[in-house]
Amino acid sequence: MSTLSDGIDRKPAVTALRQKDLLGIAELTAGEIELILNTAEAMKEVGTRPIKKVPALRGKTVVNLFYEPSTRTRTSFEIAEKRLSADTLSIAIGSSSVVKGETLADTALNLEAMSPDMIVLRHASSGACHMLSRICRSAIINAGDGMHEHPTQALLDAFTIRERKKQLTGLKVAIVGDLLHSRVLRSNIHLLTRMGADVWVCGPPTLIPTDIRRFGVTATSVVEEAVRDADVIMLLRIQLERMEGAFFPSLREYFRVFGMTEARLRLAKDDVMIMHPGPMNRGVEIASEVADGPYSVILDQVANGVAVRMAVLYLLAGGVEHEEAA
Amino acid sequence: MDADRIRRTLTRIAHEIVERNKGTDDLALVGIRTRGVMIARRIAGTLREITGRDIPTGALDITLYRDDLMRQAVGPQPLVRSTEIQFSIDDKKILLVDDVLYTGRTTRAALDALIDYGRPKEIQLMVLVDRGHRELPIRADYVGKNLPTSPEESVQVRLEESDGIDEVILQAGGGV
Repeated sequence: MSTLSDGIDRKPAVTALRQKDLLGIAELTAGEIELILNTAEAMKEVGTRPIKKVPALRGKTVVNLFYEPSTRTRTSFEIAEKRLSADTLSIAIGSSSVVKGETLADTALNLEAMSPDMIVLRHASSGACHMLSRICRSAIINAGDGMHEHPTQALLDAFTIRERKKQLTGLKVAIVGDLLHSRVLRSNIHLLTRMGADVWVCGPPTLIPTDIRRFGVTATSVVEEAVRDADVIMLLRIQLERMEGAFFPSLREYFRVFGMTEARLRLAKDDVMIMHPGPMNRGVEIASEVADGPYSVILDQVANGVAVRMAVLYLLAGGVEHEEAA
Repeated sequence: MDADRIRRTLTRIAHEIVERNKGTDDLALVGIRTRGVMIARRIAGTLREITGRDIPTGALDITLYRDDLMRQAVGPQPLVRSTEIQFSIDDKKILLVDDVLYTGRTTRAALDALIDYGRPKEIQLMVLVDRGHRELPIRADYVGKNLPTSPEESVQVRLEESDGIDEVILQAGGGV
């Protein structure tokens, strides 16, 4: 906790984000990450009140534009927006003009003509948020773009780890699963390495991107090596919908070789945390006993997601100061 | 005001609180971050010496209730800190504590924030310094010192806990 019960507040080094958008963790400094996580601590308290709503974003309009199915992330953003008193609307792509052939850019420009303040975008194409950021005045928040980044997921993961372990520096974090298709992995690697964690990634050789070591992580296909003495084990979903071709023989074989079982869990530290960004495939990347077991913080992650998204929405709502104006 | 003066003032106010409320039944203190929290803790300490009872004390951050939050054209958002009120404020007499009372806008935000936590029986306001220039119909029930100021001046309250020294000083123009 950075705010202390003795009434003394430490002045954080960074007090504002530098950019109008949240496109990825790659664009954030360690100071900005700290700022978001500290703000999220205050936001988490709002969720414990009898009236879970503050007037901070009154009069702001947020559009949730989701081109891919999502329950957790979309609901989480909607709740976060409502708790800050923003006006929100969520556009389900199935019932919109997109089915009539409108492009993402045209949809965004049309929405922007109705002057929203922020657009939360999930899209199957990597870089979709960067494209919108160039053509829109509204703040763009990336809620997952293709195989690129999912920054609010990495932030809520970091928040959940920090809640238990106090800090990220020096922790061994093992990330096991479909490394090739995972935007959660990319965001987490950026964040965890920037904050000084020792990151191990593990999956079948066919699902390990060839240049992954460039990001300062240790890669292995031996799951026991990855989880040995780990402080945190993060499992990634096997994304069958993104797989064209055979990456491994069968789901049963995947579970046998890589699945997180109680036996494998015992190799990790005694106070290990088991994390999963959801949706889980029970019996594929994670055994049910582990998912529902005492080390699992999977539902804490979901709860913390609201607080972290409130922090991001709040911090971006002010806009950025232009140098010449100061 | 120096350290001695601040200490005597807070002791005097603690006695006023006990007198006016005929004891400390149902009383709880809520300090407004940052320095209001420190003052609230000191008052709670003095009240404990006088009455031998612990008074529940909380910390309130009013940032999310500020009336100027979305009015600036663009600029970084003010920092949000945690609110810690670990008791029910329903049917309590809440004593709101701040260091300086000026326009009254902070107090207005604090009242809104408090009422989101429950329905207190009564809310009273205590400030260390009242410097005038109210922009809202708000007044304090307990005042450490009335300090006539001009709007160009700034009042700095420094407390041991955060600044290493207890003092209240008046600074001429452009200080903030």
